[in-house]
Parts: sequence; structure tokens; C-alpha cells
Amino acid sequence: MSSTTPVPGDPFDITTRSNGLRRRRIVERLFGALAILSALAAVGILALVLGTVVAKGLDALNWDLFTKSRPLFGQEGGIADALIGSIIIVGMCMAMAIPFAVLVAIYMSEYASPRIATFLRLVLDILNGIPAIIVGIFVFGLLVVGHGQSAVYGAFALAILMLPMVARATQEVLDIVPRSQREASLALGVTKWRTTWNIILPSAIGGILTGVVIAVARVAGETAPLLFTSSIAANAVSFDVSHALPTLPVAIFAFSESPDPGEQAMGWAAALVLIAFVLVMNVLAKIFAGRKQRQLEGG
Amino acid sequence: MTTVTQDPAAPGPSLESRGIRLGDVLFRGVAIVAAAAATALLGLIAYKVIEQAWPAIEHFGLSFVWTEAWNPVEDQYGALTFIYGTVVTSVIALLLATPISIAIALFLTEIAPRRIASPIATLVELLAAIPSVVLGLWGILVFGPWVAENLEPWLEKWLGFIPLFGGTFYQAGMLPAALVLTIMIVPITSAICRELFSRTPRDLTDGALALGSTRWEAIRGVMFAYAAPGIAAAVLLGLGRAFGEAIAVAQVIGGSDHINVSLFAPADTLGARIASQYQGATSPLQQGSLLYLGAILMVISLVTNVCAQLIVRRFEKQRRAV
Repeated sequence: MSSTTPVPGDPFDITTRSNGLRRRRIVERLFGALAILSALAAVGILALVLGTVVAKGLDALNWDLFTKSRPLFGQEGGIADALIGSIIIVGMCMAMAIPFAVLVAIYMSEYASPRIATFLRLVLDILNGIPAIIVGIFVFGLLVVGHGQSAVYGAFALAILMLPMVARATQEVLDIVPRSQREASLALGVTKWRTTWNIILPSAIGGILTGVVIAVARVAGETAPLLFTSSIAANAVSFDVSHALPTLPVAIFAFSESPDPGEQAMGWAAALVLIAFVLVMNVLAKIFAGRKQRQLEGG
Repeated sequence: MTTVTQDPAAPGPSLESRGIRLGDVLFRGVAIVAAAAATALLGLIAYKVIEQAWPAIEHFGLSFVWTEAWNPVEDQYGALTFIYGTVVTSVIALLLATPISIAIALFLTEIAPRRIASPIATLVELLAAIPSVVLGLWGILVFGPWVAENLEPWLEKWLGFIPLFGGTFYQAGMLPAALVLTIMIVPITSAICRELFSRTPRDLTDGALALGSTRWEAIRGVMFAYAAPGIAAAVLLGLGRAFGEAIAVAQVIGGSDHINVSLFAPADTLGARIASQYQGATSPLQQGSLLYLGAILMVISLVTNVCAQLIVRRFEKQRRAV
């Protein structure tokens, strides 16, 4: 009836839409351009930050950096103390967090009822969202008050940050290990814990390692929890974990607020070392992730 | 044949009756303890932070929250300056990061060919891997000066009639802090959005395209409608991250005891104030007040996060039902 003589402005009439077509094409073009621009901006910022760190860090990089400790006022020095402190603290953090996190994940994926597993996922996700500085305050109140700072407490604070990351990553790979693997093992009369230990964990190891490596890269760069737990340290190489140890992030934080160009240069060098570590960890994560894919497909 | 008395489909009871369950019981017990400990940890963190802040909470009461003061000489403290700084930096970061993140996610899922999309996605993820202290170092030594010399004069020239964009140019202030936060949350929100968009059922968008809509119209009408709750959750997660970031912000925000109208001027956030002053706190009351700031920050970020997680979970349930 009325379809032969379209009402002007009828939004459902395609014959009059041709007027809007130009506008629609422009919007389409604009959208495409903005999307490309945004992606370029993100990659550009990454290149800018990395480029600056590499350029300024390489300028300050020399052998002394790795053999000498942080200097006193204007002397030559390095970041050996902070590097060793970081390695020790992150190592202790891994020892605390990883077994614990894997156990939590095993409980969620192998033992818990769906309701409890859902609840634990929520708990871990909320734990993951707690700001690092709050974790610092927590460990400060729990352990540092009355005992003083120590590398162990620093590692404990980092372990709290690491726990939800590793537990969630592990639980997610455990959940995608094929049911048939569990059933085959159980059908052969293998006990449940041996099945978990000998069958399920090995086939999930690629994914677990990916999660671990990404978490290590994250906690290695954390500063806030260490400010409260391991920041008031002597500027010397030390292996005494009962006292505060200097670390790379805390050193960079201090260097960045220094007006002395020499200290700023060491800040860039320390940042380069830290970034290099983070990049290596991320490459490792990609490799492990690839292995996980193959293993699960093969299995 | 009659010797097989147990149901072969249920190996559990058969092993149980043969008494090989000790390992199982132990393993299960250890796993349960670990899970319970993780749950208890969350409660313990909340309790310990509030407990430490308690002296200051008792001393100042709730009015601390809306008092604008930070005066160690007279031992007068209040949180308003820092709550304002936290909210303003995070909201600016969010307003910038949300459209950029959505655009990046759309570029990766809808526009770029797969061969280009996956390396770019990796690079954007790498942006999230940069430690915040390194981003802060770059922020204070390179980015801050650039903002003061180029961006702020430009903003004042065009938007100077708004009081937010006026006054002296500073290398460290609210604006560079907000921009550094933007850089930190873009990779987080864009990764979640990308996941959401790639899970939108293809036939829905194909249907829209077949009806003659342009790609943008299909995205706006179909994808956004489908992914809206997920995008909201992604934004909230980014917001939680922005609220809680202390180190990079402490490095670039300059530190101010009172609220400045101009975005160019130094300011301070809850986390940044704790990070920068905790070691120099002279009186017990000052330290208590810093911990009070921490308690406020914890409550804000817990609320944000729980909201985000609940949205995610409801969204997932809905999608499974479809």
C-alpha cells in the first residue's frame, strides 16, 4: 500500500537511505582509521618507552654496574647489591608461592564441588585485584612491626601477589586437561592423588610454567610491597635474608627521585636490566604456551 | 566371573576398601588447607589493614574522609586531597583508555588480518608487562618535561577558558599521572575487550552485515550490545588498577597537600601519598593517618573489584544459558 510512496524520513525505508549512505561511509572510514590509530599509538608508546630505556640504559651500562654497590653521594658505583637482592627475594617468593598456588589450583579443579570452586575463583580474583601497596601495609602490620624489615618478609609480600596469578593460571589449564586422561588412569586402579601427580600435572606443565613465568616477571618489578618490607637496607652486597636487602625496583624508585644525573643514569641502567628480564620471561612464557598447546592437542 | 563384586565404573570405593586411600586423604587434606588459607588470607589482609589504621580512625572519626588537610607540624590530617586526586586521575585515565582499548580490540578482531593482529596483540600485552616503577622513571624524566613544554601549553591555548586547563605548567602533576595511568590500563582493558569481541557469535554480526549495515553499524548494534556487560567489567577492572597504582603515580604526580583546580598542578593520590611519605612519617599520628589512607584505598578498590567480578560472572552465566 504505502510502500510504493515512501514517507520521507522513514528510517526503515531503504530507498531513501541513499542520502545517508555518504555519511555512513564516512563514519565507517573514520572508525577504521581511529581503530588503526589506536593500535599504532599503543605500539608507539611501547616502542617509545622501551627505546628510551634501552638508549639511556646502554649509555650507563658498564662492568662496574654489575660488580659495585650503590654509591654514596656522587661516587662511582653500580647496582650489584640491588640485583642480588632482587634475585634472592624473587627466588624466595617463588618457593613460597608456587607450591601453595598449585595446591590451591589442584583443590579447585580436582576436589572441590563446583560451588566451592566458583567461590574460590572469586576469592583469588579479588585477591589479585588488591593493590600491591595494600599488601605491603598488610605484611608491615603482620610481620614487620616489632621485628623490623627483612628480605623474607619482602618475599612473603610478593608471594601474596603471586599466589592468585599462579593459582588461577594453573586451575585454568587443569580444567582443560581432557577428562579421558583422568578416567583412563583411575580405571587402571591408580589412586586419585597419584593420577593428579603423575598424569594431570605433567600434561598441564606447559600451562603452569606459562603462568609462573608471567607472574615472576610481574612480581620482579613490584616496588610498593618492598617499600614496607625490604627498603631500609645498607648499600652493600649481602646474602643475609633476615635483614632488608636492596632490590632493583626500590633502587629505581630512589634513583628516579634523585636530582643527580649520575644517579638518574644508574636508574636507567637498572631499568634496562629489569626490562630485559621481563622481556626474557615473556618470551619464555610464549614458548611454554606453545608447548602446552601441542601437548594438549597430542594428548 | 562372580569374583568381580564391585562396580567397575566406580573405582573409588574399591580402592577405599583395600585401604590404599591414605595418600588420597593426605593430598586432599593438604589441598583443602591451602585453599582455606588462601580464603583466610583475604580476610586477614582486610582485618590487619583496618586494625593498623584504627588509632587514626578513632582519633579523626569518619570526618577524616572529607577533611582537606595534611599538616605534620600541627598533626592535622585528612584524606580529601588524596581521594580527589585518586578519583580525578583514574577517571581521566578511564575516559581516555576506554575508547582506545575498544578501538584496539576492534582493530585486532575485526580489521587487521590475522598475521598482523597476533604480533600487535603481543606488543600491546608487553605494554602491560613494563614494571610500573620503570614507567614512572620514564614518566618523571622524559614524559613529564614533554607534557610541561608541549602538551600543557597546547591544552591551555585551546581549552584555557576551562579552569582545569590553566595556570603554571609543571613537569609533575595531575595530568602526567593520569596519562601514565592511561598507558597502564589500556593493555588490561583492551585484552579483555578483545576476548569479548572474538567470542561474539559470528552469525549475529554476519546477519547485520547481510542486512546491509556497514561494519561499524554491525559492531555498534550487535557486538556492543552483546559485549556491553563485559566491557563494563573490563572498565571497572581497569579502574581498580588505576585506583591502586601507587608507585608510578608517586613518581609523576608531584605531591601536594591541598587540592588544586588546575590539572597541570601537582596533586596526590591515596596510594602515592602512602608510598612517598611512609618512610618519612614523624609522628605516630601521621603514620596512622597514612594507614587510614590505606584503609580507604582498600575499601574503594575492593568495592570496585567485587562489582567487576560479579558482572563478569553474571555475564558468563548468561552466555552459557544462550
